[in-house]
Amino acid sequence: MIQLGLILALLVAGYFLGTAREKSHFKSLREREQNLNVISWRSNGKKEKFENIRESALVMGHVVIGQDYFKSFLASLINIVGGRVGVYESLLDRGRREALCRLRQDAKEWGCTEVVNVRFETALIGQNQGKQKGGAVEVFAYGTAVK
Amino acid sequence: MIITNIETVPGKSIIEHYGIAQGSSVRAKHVGRDFMAGLKNLFGGELKGYTELLSESRDEAVERMIQQARSMGANAVVNVRFSTSAITIGASEIFAYGTAVKVQ
Repeated sequence: MIQLGLILALLVAGYFLGTAREKSHFKSLREREQNLNVISWRSNGKKEKFENIRESALVMGHVVIGQDYFKSFLASLINIVGGRVGVYESLLDRGRREALCRLRQDAKEWGCTEVVNVRFETALIGQNQGKQKGGAVEVFAYGTAVK
Repeated sequence: MIITNIETVPGKSIIEHYGIAQGSSVRAKHVGRDFMAGLKNLFGGELKGYTELLSESRDEAVERMIQQARSMGANAVVNVRFSTSAITIGASEIFAYGTAVKVQ
């Protein structure tokens, strides 16, 4: 009985806190993306002949982001019937945008306006990995800043 | 040392290839950090402890790659790639590799 109560409390807390955090994260992402509009990025350019470019450097950005208890519970329910797991889509969307923001911030600090050959990488980490509880994901973005 | 993940170094020409330079790093956080991350995982959001850990780890992997490239006599590493894998509970390996070259 106590265990059931604890799980319920965690679900409720996870739902409210998780949703509030997600909202504020999306808001801050939108603001920062607006500020970083000056830095353009693209995923091609690996074999390009660059002209009028004098300097280049590797820039990186990454984040480890975790799912809240309610959403991972929901995901395990969806897992039974199958189909689209929207709660994880939004988590990865947050992670990718955050990593990209940090990469562009890095590029901005270095003083360039363009990042080429941007690559994304996602890895599952954390101690809950492999269990139903749903672990944390790391999203890593890297590219070459040119100026 | 110039590092890029494209095949050239813009504005410079490659005069010599030395082959692959690589660096890796395996790190784990202490139990307290794991516990805190586990708690935070209940409510979602960024796990700062792990972000920090992987950031240090990645810097170290890149640093080792640079050292290896330097010992070969290179002054740039091009076409750098990264890979991350969780090898055991609470520890992850970050691997960075690229082609060591000399540019001018």
